[in-house]
Amino acid sequence: MKRRGFLQAVALPCAAACAASSDARFTIEARFYEKLPYKKIKCKLCPRECVIDDRERGYCGVRENRGGTYYSLVYARVCAAHPDPIEKKPLFHFLPGSMAFSVATAGCNVNCKFCQNWDISQVRPEQVASNFLPPKDLAALTRQYQCLSIAYTYSEPVVFCEYVLDAAAAGREAGLKSVVISGGHIQQEPLKKLCGRVDAIKIDLKAFSEKYYKEVVNGELKPVLNALATIRKLGTWTEVVYLVVPTLNDSDEEFRGLARWILSELGRDVPLHFSRFHPEYLLKDLPPTPLPTLERAKAICDAEGLDYVYIGNVAPGHPAENTRCPKCRRVVVERAGFTIRALALDGGKCRFCQHAIPGIWGRI
Amino acid sequence: MRIGPQYGITRRGLLEAGLAGALGAKAATPEKSRVVIARDPGLGAGRSPDSGRVLKLLDRAMQSFYGLDSPLDAWKKLARPGEVVGLKVNCLSGRGASTNPVLVEAICERLRQIGIPAKDIVIWDRLDSDLESAGYRVSSRKDRIRAIGNDTAGYGNELAVYGSAGSLVANTLVRTCDAVINLPVLKDHGIVGVTLALKNLFGAIHNPNKYHINAGDPYVADVNMFPAIRQKVRLTICDALTAQYEGGPSYMPQWSWPYNGLMVGRDPVALDYTGWQILERKRAEKGMKPLRELRREPLYISTAADARHRLGTNDPNRIDVVEV
Repeated sequence: MKRRGFLQAVALPCAAACAASSDARFTIEARFYEKLPYKKIKCKLCPRECVIDDRERGYCGVRENRGGTYYSLVYARVCAAHPDPIEKKPLFHFLPGSMAFSVATAGCNVNCKFCQNWDISQVRPEQVASNFLPPKDLAALTRQYQCLSIAYTYSEPVVFCEYVLDAAAAGREAGLKSVVISGGHIQQEPLKKLCGRVDAIKIDLKAFSEKYYKEVVNGELKPVLNALATIRKLGTWTEVVYLVVPTLNDSDEEFRGLARWILSELGRDVPLHFSRFHPEYLLKDLPPTPLPTLERAKAICDAEGLDYVYIGNVAPGHPAENTRCPKCRRVVVERAGFTIRALALDGGKCRFCQHAIPGIWGRI
Repeated sequence: MRIGPQYGITRRGLLEAGLAGALGAKAATPEKSRVVIARDPGLGAGRSPDSGRVLKLLDRAMQSFYGLDSPLDAWKKLARPGEVVGLKVNCLSGRGASTNPVLVEAICERLRQIGIPAKDIVIWDRLDSDLESAGYRVSSRKDRIRAIGNDTAGYGNELAVYGSAGSLVANTLVRTCDAVINLPVLKDHGIVGVTLALKNLFGAIHNPNKYHINAGDPYVADVNMFPAIRQKVRLTICDALTAQYEGGPSYMPQWSWPYNGLMVGRDPVALDYTGWQILERKRAEKGMKPLRELRREPLYISTAADARHRLGTNDPNRIDVVEV
């Protein structure tokens, strides 16, 4: 199924799921904001800190000031739901071969010119068909689909943070893990709350330059780097994805700078995925990333000393999809696209040399 | 001297003739952008001005803008029977600082008198609830004047893209209307400085929340480059009956004042520049800092005038402000 062809509206086989006819059930008071004079508010969820007048919304389009109280309009307002391989997220060191029940609401707090899912991320909640899927129902549905985890993904989970927090708690009670797929544009307080509730956070690091973040992402790099450092410090499993866009963020210097920063601030064992760009949304005048560019990026980061550098969004079977033990160099997880072909791990250790491979491992 | 088309002389024609004579054989000077400001000091403050006086004020503004003696002749310059005319109101701020229904009623009256039937007039803005809160009765019945929000009418499927902006555009603009009259309010905006003709068209796109960053620059200008907006918006009539110089776009009565006027222009950049200066003068009069010092100077106005956009002029020497 195409990423854009998500299961929507009537397709959810959930008793609680029904057409979104009323806003009230999706609306809860936001948890991270500050009240200001004249019924204004300041959002404290992401680094933008939008100051919002009465009856207006923030940059994300899913939070609204109503008479001086700030509301999330996307609580349990699921516009996309689908069981996905965890490798699709991609998370390569997290329950390999398992399925993640993946959900999204409308909205995003950046506006990447290359967004593949702009038709849900760059719209307001009332502009897309949605279902009401409260946390316990989401957990039940996840179990029903025999998924081991709930993935908050496709758009930007930061903007539906309240739902993520509650659904992750409901999931944990049901024996499920939760993973967040995010751009990492979030303030420290809500991030710390998320880290306490979810099991992994994959961060889309869009580039390693403020210029790119300003011009292509409409965001900032520094808060994302701070978020990564915090996630790592708090011990939540994290992997980093870097979408390589031809001519815009594909220089040797940028790859090297990225590798050195990860090495010094996060550690050599944080997986880094270089992903292939496809022209979409507002960036249609560039070609897809040539494979040699991705291989060059990997070679640079390997040489800098990172242990787990992958290539993604390419034809299945590329050797850089595999996980190699950094000690004995043998393949411990062999992949072809989203499929696990072979697993040579015992209790999270290389079967050949017993070297510990970091991650959250489980049976296929 | 009598000025009017029936005498074969219009104000514009007179101006052009005078200029041509003065310049002789030299290259033609670019035509100035006309912004008409009509005021009626006796109109009185509040949201319920006398409808007859508002109609007269509107007539005065339209006649002056088109250089015609008859109000209906002026309106005939704008639209013709068979066309569907959209009235893009600004209703975010409830009854306090939204486009006044009394003004819209006057416009509808004149449109009907030139042969535009009620069914071909559409009052529109982003949300049904915004229209309702500003005093418009939402209706999509096609046998009467319609008032409809984009949330009901929907957005087109094709992404309009220009510069840094990419948006879906309201069906009412793209599909329903042949012509649009832009009806902003003269007021301050807490993020982008002022919200007038250019900014009011944010109400035509699905994602205005994305384009307030950097005080709306260059986004406001970019959005106004979308073909549907460029091709269909024929005139701006800015509601300056009550204006607001601080605290917008929400209604803040402490920073509002009865300007008792209307601003009419075809060049949205010239109109915005003129309106911005009015608000700055009022701010100065009240001892408030200029918008530049508050980092919300509406630079998008000059961007709209630059070589990439050419949506109009922000050069005061090329704006002909006519006060009537």
